[in-house]
Amino acid sequence: MLIRPKAGILDPQGKAVERALPALGFTGVSNVHVGRLVELDVEDPSQLDRMCRELLANPLVEDYEVLA
Amino acid sequence: MRVGVITFPGTCDDVDARLAVGKVAEPVALWHGDADLQGVDAVVVPGGFSYGDYLRAGAIARFAPAMASVIEAAREGLPVLGICNGFQILCEAGLLPGALLPNTSLRFACRQVELEVVRDDTAWTRACAVGDRLSIPAKHTTGRFTGEVPEEQVVLRYVHDPVPNGSQDAIAGVCNEARNVVGLMPHPEHAVDLLTGGSEDGLRIFESVALARV
Repeated sequence: MLIRPKAGILDPQGKAVERALPALGFTGVSNVHVGRLVELDVEDPSQLDRMCRELLANPLVEDYEVLA
Repeated sequence: MRVGVITFPGTCDDVDARLAVGKVAEPVALWHGDADLQGVDAVVVPGGFSYGDYLRAGAIARFAPAMASVIEAAREGLPVLGICNGFQILCEAGLLPGALLPNTSLRFACRQVELEVVRDDTAWTRACAVGDRLSIPAKHTTGRFTGEVPEEQVVLRYVHDPVPNGSQDAIAGVCNEARNVVGLMPHPEHAVDLLTGGSEDGLRIFESVALARV
């Protein structure tokens, strides 16, 4: 599951990375966002959406995506 | 009056919370793994790093057996106060609106903050008056309040510009619709004794719940 900050919510972690990259000489970088990846084995994948909504993501501030 | 204080693995402000409660009521130690609230008249969910703050602050603590009882009792009107990590837990549990995100600075910030009382008709601010200023410490990394919250559920605001943690609309504390559940990031339990707290303003929060019972 890929979990990322919702669009429009300030993401200071992304901003910090965005500021750090040019300091290392990387140019033309914008719109950096930092989320997280949850990996798991599951017997019944139909539970994944509910897992995201109820625990793995906070739907008030985060979007999630199930990657098969 | 008996006020329970829940301890989770990783909680660190439970002892101060019990001391603060002890100045106005009888403190009762509650354990996260025990669903029995021992008939307390109110509950404090204190600060710290419950379950290591793994995943998101408060995300795992809200599934503790004690929290299941707190959620049920809160919906029936039990006064519940969440301080710092406790505030994060109550938001994750859906008892309070919004969410707490990392401070804009991404740094841990520890300082005395000035708060303005916006509502004096909640179970935890009854001993205050609207417009009162409270000087109490704040210490957190994940305190930026974000979310859709009606103005009538804003209880406390930071009197600082810029707002120390970047909270939306300078919100420091909110309540539920019924106003029995309140959460705030700063720590009233650390400001109940002039010798160590810099002020005694935090006592007003605990006096409020004692008043509510009379």
